[in-house]
Amino acid sequence: MDFEDTPEEAAFRAKARAFLSANAERRKPGAVEGYRRGQDAPGAMEKAKDFQRRKFAAGFVGIHWPVEWGGQGGTQIQNVIYNQEEAQYDVLTGLFGIGINLAQPTICTWGTPEQRERFVKPAMRADEVWCQLFSEPGGGSDLAALRTRAERDGDDWVVNGQKIWNSGAHYSDFGILVARTDANVAKHAGLSFFILDMKTPGIEIRPIKQVSGSSHFNEVFFTNVRIPDTRRVGPVGAGWKVALTTLMNERHGMRDAPGPDVAELFRLAEAIELEDGLAIDNDAVQEKLAEFYVRSQGLKFTKFRGMTALSRGATPGPESSIIKVVAANKLQDILSYGLDMIGMAGPTMGESMPVAGIFEEALLYSPALRLAGGTDEIMKNIIAERVLGLPQDPRADKGIAFRDIPTGGSRT
Amino acid sequence: MNFDFSDELNQLREEARRFLADRCPTSVPRRILDGDEPYAAELWKAIAEMGWTGAAIPEEYGGVGLGRLAVCVLAEELGRAVAPVPFSSSVYLATEAIMLFGSEAQKQAYLPKLASGDLIGTFAMAERPGPVDATRMAAQVTGGKLTGTKLSVPDGDIADFAVVVVNGAPWMHLVDLKGPGVARETVTTIDPTRSHARIVFSGAACEALPGAERPDSVRTLLDYAAVPMAFEQVGGAEAALDMGNAYAKERFAFGRPIGSFQGIKHKLADMYIQVQMARSNAYYGAWAVHTDAAELPIAASVARIAATEAGWFVTKENIQTHGGMGFTWQMDCHLYYRRAKVLGLALGGAREWKKRLVHELRTRNTSLEAA
Repeated sequence: MDFEDTPEEAAFRAKARAFLSANAERRKPGAVEGYRRGQDAPGAMEKAKDFQRRKFAAGFVGIHWPVEWGGQGGTQIQNVIYNQEEAQYDVLTGLFGIGINLAQPTICTWGTPEQRERFVKPAMRADEVWCQLFSEPGGGSDLAALRTRAERDGDDWVVNGQKIWNSGAHYSDFGILVARTDANVAKHAGLSFFILDMKTPGIEIRPIKQVSGSSHFNEVFFTNVRIPDTRRVGPVGAGWKVALTTLMNERHGMRDAPGPDVAELFRLAEAIELEDGLAIDNDAVQEKLAEFYVRSQGLKFTKFRGMTALSRGATPGPESSIIKVVAANKLQDILSYGLDMIGMAGPTMGESMPVAGIFEEALLYSPALRLAGGTDEIMKNIIAERVLGLPQDPRADKGIAFRDIPTGGSRT
Repeated sequence: MNFDFSDELNQLREEARRFLADRCPTSVPRRILDGDEPYAAELWKAIAEMGWTGAAIPEEYGGVGLGRLAVCVLAEELGRAVAPVPFSSSVYLATEAIMLFGSEAQKQAYLPKLASGDLIGTFAMAERPGPVDATRMAAQVTGGKLTGTKLSVPDGDIADFAVVVVNGAPWMHLVDLKGPGVARETVTTIDPTRSHARIVFSGAACEALPGAERPDSVRTLLDYAAVPMAFEQVGGAEAALDMGNAYAKERFAFGRPIGSFQGIKHKLADMYIQVQMARSNAYYGAWAVHTDAAELPIAASVARIAATEAGWFVTKENIQTHGGMGFTWQMDCHLYYRRAKVLGLALGGAREWKKRLVHELRTRNTSLEAA
């Protein structure tokens, strides 16, 4: 039992470090800039694309993909090692996450050789940026209830409807879209999966203002948007299965919740005077600090267990499925407790606040982490059903045609 | 990255699980719960014959020499089986104290008999309610004679000898519990499957553990013991989770298995999360005892706190999942519930360990940056 890389892993890590130190700026220790809205800064996209091209040229994109996909044919553990190292640098590769981590693996698994040839490499180089067009106002956690229609017309499909929560739709070149191609069969059976050129006429994108005040995602409306049938991924009616490939990649990629952690909470406790002296010396505060530290360490070592499985060439066990739920809730609890210590002065935002105001800022974006990529409730259903083997909820929509499923009046 | 047990130890775990499923179904702790026996003597004999009591004792002292990781693996399975044996007292505490602080002569005298299971040891510390602190204790040694009273000594009524914490260096002494000047009485506890005693020492003969000179030597022993204890707690918590999970699948209400209701599903998912977090933290502790790491006080505290909280949460929610049946003597839920609390109090409660954890983090100036 040890925490060491194998000699091969250590060699790969050294390669990754050499590339990163030559091509990116290291995040300052204890700095909180990484959580900030770097992607809103002017020129951020161009800077991110420039780094991505160098990353591609150096062979660090698609590390664990098979060579026939255009990947490096490396291992999962190499991919994790690279990501660990990259996380210590100020880079905005998250802008290309949907294209590289979600869209291309789905296209490579289900698409035609022509689709693979056309789309994979430009996505890896960030020449083309992607968004995901899955959720709808009437289909979020119950994604298969989506009702954006795609109707066949000659060699095309004609799309009408609305999507929501589409990160980066406003700067994306392509989107992966799930639409209903048959409302007369059961809901999971009537879906198909498409690649949509975001410059197609009939697409309207409206930004959604978030709790945090920024607008990273959008509503996207389709009015008679035409998609050639050659841009369909997988068979007609197999859209749900294709989408599951995307979702599995999305959940697999779930990492820690970015934001203040125990280190920042300790710094805060060392800076704040309570009734009886420094917060760090207060018994009640110490008890909370210990609890947060234990949760933080539990997450860290759960990730180490997953890495160990990868390192041995195995798939990480079900323990990895808990990471997103635990991390997002821990973040909110830490934020709330930190602000509670700041007390009456707490509401003010900005750099002049203790720990550079990161607690106040993260408070406003943290709810998203418990929602995106599967809500806490959906994640717990997954743990209960897939890990513990518990039965699914009985479904009121099972075995009936989609058009006959009762709705709460939100159907349009 | 190799943050897991070796294939050999995983195999040992499988063997231990099969052995205990056969020799220690819950009817065994139930027999102790309902009867007059203080522990399952036949099970103790069997596990000693398997070499478990000598797992961490070096071969030169009659042990098997598998190291502390093997004890962690066995502890988890004994916890899963709610085994009514003095394993933690004799192995994590008494044996460990002699290995850490005993003289060569003491090692030669005690370890072979501890390894064979012929000798049962225990650890006596608490004197009153509240946190334990050797410098505030009444137990004292004068002229080689021990005076003092110890409360809630696990297995204190069946052990042959005790490692007794006293006020003054050397801070721990070996005492023959069958000798003159020792009066012990079995006390009623929240978990009758693990016998406890109140022990009064009035001029009992004792011998110092010469290595226990430093005031923090008691803490060091507790750190080493907390790690296998955490595995025992995790094993018990996982067994309670399995029990609740199985019941949720077979019990029907409103025409469906109760495990199909999200109120139950999410509860069980939360229980699973707690067990996994505690397991991951226990692994960190295992690494620390295996390598005698400088971070042991932190790793042991983290393992201890996570295991104690998981043990409590999972065993109480297992009762809740069972509804009214969970509150009956007939169901096994209470075996896990009782044991989880007893293990969570042995070595000191979570509150004490949290305080100590923060103290260690501050004095060591440990990097808190997440990995």
